[in-house]
Amino acid sequence: MSGHPILRHAWIPLIGLAVLAPSLVSSYDLNLLGRFLAMAILAIGIVLIWGEGGILTLGQGVFFGLGGYSIAMYLKLASLDPGYLPDFMEWSGVMSLPWWWVPFRSPLLALLAVVLLPALFAGLFAWLVFRRRIAGVYFALITQAVALTFATLLTSQQSTTGGYNGLTGFTTLFGMELGTESANRTLYWVTLGLLAAVFAGTKWLIGSRFGTLLRATRDGENRVRFLGYDTTPYKVAAFALSAVFASIGGALFTLHAGVVSPAFVGVVPSIEMIVWVAVGGRNSLWGAVAGALIVNFAKDIVSSAMPEAWLYVLGLVFILVVTFLPNGLAGLVDDLMKRRRNRADAPRAAMLEEAK
Amino acid sequence: MLDATLFAGQVFNGFSVASLFVLAALGLALSFGLMRVINMAHGEMLMLGGYLAYLTYLIVPGPAAILVAMPVAFLGAALVGGLLELTVIRRLSSRPLDTLLATWGVSLILQQAARSAFGPIGVGVTAPDWLNTGLSLGGLYFPSTRIFILAVAVVVLAGLGLLIARTRLGLLVRAVNQDRMMAAASGINTRRVDLAVFCLGTGIAGLAGVVLSLLGPVTPSVGQSYIVPAFLVVVMGGLGSMVGTTIAAVILGLVSALSQIFLDVSMSQVLMLLFVIIFLQFRPQGVVATRSRALEG
Repeated sequence: MSGHPILRHAWIPLIGLAVLAPSLVSSYDLNLLGRFLAMAILAIGIVLIWGEGGILTLGQGVFFGLGGYSIAMYLKLASLDPGYLPDFMEWSGVMSLPWWWVPFRSPLLALLAVVLLPALFAGLFAWLVFRRRIAGVYFALITQAVALTFATLLTSQQSTTGGYNGLTGFTTLFGMELGTESANRTLYWVTLGLLAAVFAGTKWLIGSRFGTLLRATRDGENRVRFLGYDTTPYKVAAFALSAVFASIGGALFTLHAGVVSPAFVGVVPSIEMIVWVAVGGRNSLWGAVAGALIVNFAKDIVSSAMPEAWLYVLGLVFILVVTFLPNGLAGLVDDLMKRRRNRADAPRAAMLEEAK
Repeated sequence: MLDATLFAGQVFNGFSVASLFVLAALGLALSFGLMRVINMAHGEMLMLGGYLAYLTYLIVPGPAAILVAMPVAFLGAALVGGLLELTVIRRLSSRPLDTLLATWGVSLILQQAARSAFGPIGVGVTAPDWLNTGLSLGGLYFPSTRIFILAVAVVVLAGLGLLIARTRLGLLVRAVNQDRMMAAASGINTRRVDLAVFCLGTGIAGLAGVVLSLLGPVTPSVGQSYIVPAFLVVVMGGLGSMVGTTIAAVILGLVSALSQIFLDVSMSQVLMLLFVIIFLQFRPQGVVATRSRALEG
């Protein structure tokens, strides 16, 4: 959003409104807003990898899930009385805590896991695939297979992951009681603050040399190679960073929603994440945030009014946006602004033309 | 520990799974080779074939129903595929990733439509009596349905091979595959070839749907469960090659079936994915590589 002075400064009142939201809207709506702002963090990661990098990933749900499950495992353990196991483990006859659950007793390690697990996993995966120059449609299909596999794995390992129902029933976070009015407000502000930080950081990154090379790789990877750059590290870094954003989004979402389950990580949710950014605009950070909020609020409204209609709406919106508005709503706004400006500039341009 | 009978049984199962993968992946591979687009609604063509089989069974009772259902499903799916090509894919042909996304929108709508029309639970198709038997051989039992599926896959592959190698349409397809610009310059209507191949591919998926209906109930999401492995087959096969697709399907079918001797289904899925990623480390161009001097295909 550039050019028009009103739009250039529109972010100031918007941020003001967002900060004051806890006193403006009901606690139900605040909870929804908090969830969707967490999803917007993930959407910013998609702008980085898909919009700037031109790499379509259909597996962001995996990283959303890594963050969600990391924090949920800590919450689950923190809510237990000493000496007990999580309820679903006891039902399945698990006698002692699996080794990979143990580090999540510590809040610090759980927070580290939210950042490090997706970074390591996404980095390794992307390096394996990109170094053999597998890209485009191939990459998208492989990431989708990863999403399906991860969701299937979570569902089938009932005794250690909570299976289909996932993890839920959290009571305390870092000693703070969850579910109270003040806890909800704090969580909301933390989410908003992290979103702002991720937004600003990504804006800086896109403007840096890294961003320029990422875009150049998108537009002509072989030319960048001929100029002497190895493109693989740039793509791997962008993918890993978008995975970390997805994971942070997933962790915050889990805190707001109070549940994480395979339903948030599989094939369909992963593509829905792409829909948010497609609707908002894949090349615009503002667009991605707006898209995440608009699509999710629309989902909430449509699916509570007419549950069957939502998938029709989602499918149709996706087809129309991708076909007719490849740059999403942000692209539409940009075009309208440009047209207005051209019209405003037209008389002056005509005069200049005459003067020649 | 590993006894030969169990192993042989799983090898047979592997080929039977592979024949499903081939039938599901062939259409994808054909249009991917030609147009470089992936149709995410391909799984719903399987679903459509399954429901068309169900409807045919309602109208044509008797042992021959399945023989009627196959051409019906082929034509029905080919028709819907043709509509999809003309309305969505043609507009987006220069943007492969966007085609993928738009066709996913189509897939959502088709699934929901099936849910509204037939209910979420799914409908059952009973195999005719002549498919309810089996073949006992050396302590192993081969169900007829599985043998039938293998036979269908072999016949489809042979038919398609003949079509590509011997007919005029096949000649045009090969020409466009090799060099689209030159083919267009020498007067071939490349868009019509695209359309024909796309219809053929979705038709084969429709056939696959009939075959699937013999194995389990037809549900709105039946296509989804077969389509992701089919995508992996296409990725591993290499740029839409028919031979590559078939070999990749057999390899993945065997990996899936043999790993299930030791692992549960979900772990065998993990293994299959790992296998594909490791395979691509050694042959990133897939089983069958198309040689070309072009830097960007």
